[in-house]
Amino acid sequence: MKLECKHVWGYISDYIDDSVDPAVREDIERHLEHCEICSAILDSTRNILILTADKRTFEVPVGFSEKLHRRLEEEMKKEPKLDEK
Amino acid sequence: MGEIRGAEIQPHQFAAMTTGKQSEAETIGRILAGEKELFHDLIRPYERMVYLTVFSVLRNETEAEDAAQIAIINAYRHLGAFRADAKFSTWLVTIAMNEARQKLRREKRAVLESIEETVEESTGDYTPAFLTDWREIPLEALERKELREALQKAVTELPDHYRQVFSLRDLQELSIQETAEALSMTPGLVKVRLRRARIMLQKKLVPFLKKTPPANRGWFGRAR
Repeated sequence: MKLECKHVWGYISDYIDDSVDPAVREDIERHLEHCEICSAILDSTRNILILTADKRTFEVPVGFSEKLHRRLEEEMKKEPKLDEK
Repeated sequence: MGEIRGAEIQPHQFAAMTTGKQSEAETIGRILAGEKELFHDLIRPYERMVYLTVFSVLRNETEAEDAAQIAIINAYRHLGAFRADAKFSTWLVTIAMNEARQKLRREKRAVLESIEETVEESTGDYTPAFLTDWREIPLEALERKELREALQKAVTELPDHYRQVFSLRDLQELSIQETAEALSMTPGLVKVRLRRARIMLQKKLVPFLKKTPPANRGWFGRAR
C-alpha cells in the first residue's frame, strides 16, 4: 500500500518500537526511501529518545544514594522483622 | 539536576554479577531469611529508576528525593509481598508510582490531573515538526548543555499523563507491557500516549536541532 506522509507520522512511534506489523513496516520503509521529510522526522525523534535515555540528561541529585542508604540502615536497625504478609 | 552519584551498577550488570551464583530471587529470599544488609545491594541498580519514576510525577527534585527514599523503604518493609513470578523492577516502579501519587493526593495537587486522566484527548495538534537537516550523532549532541537542558525542560513540561508514560518507557526503558502494568493501563493506551509525547518533544526540540549543522549524514540513519 502506498502511504502518505501523514500516515507515516502516525506510525513513527510504533516503528521505532518495532511494533508495526511486517507489511506496514515494508510500506513505511518504501516511503522513507524517497521521502526526506519523513526520514528526518524519524531520525530526529529517534535521536531525541537516545538523548533521553542517556544518563547524563536526567541525573539523580548529588548525594542521593548516600542519603538513601543511611536511611535504609536506620530502618534496618529499628525493624527486627520484615513484613511477610 | 546534579551529577550522578551512587547507583552506578545497572540492572543488567547486577543480573550478570549474580547469574548462576546468586540470582535476584535468591537474594530476596536471603534478605527475608534475615540477611537484611543484602537489601543495599539489591536496590543499588534500581535507585535511579525509582528516583526518575517519582520525579516524573512530582517534578520537584527535593520532593522526588524524599519520595524515592520512602518508596524504597516501603519496598524493603514489604519485600515479603513480592511475588517471585513478577519482575522486581516492575514491582518497584509500581511502588514508586503509588508513593508519588499519594504524595500528590496528600497535597491535593492531583485534583486537576484526575479529571484530565479521564478524558483521552482526541483533538490536539500531533503533527511533527518538519526538518531536513538534523541527523546529528547523539553522543556529540549530548555534549551540548543547551540541548540537554532543553530536553529536560521539554520532558518536565509535558502534560502529566504523557510525561509519566514517556518517562517509564523512554527514560527508564521499560517495555510497553511493563509501563502499562506500572501505570495500571492498557498497552494500547500506553502506545497512544507515547506516540503523542514523542511528537510533542520532537516539535519542541526542533528549534534546537536546527541550530546544529548536519554531521555524518547517513551514519545514524533510519531503522535497522
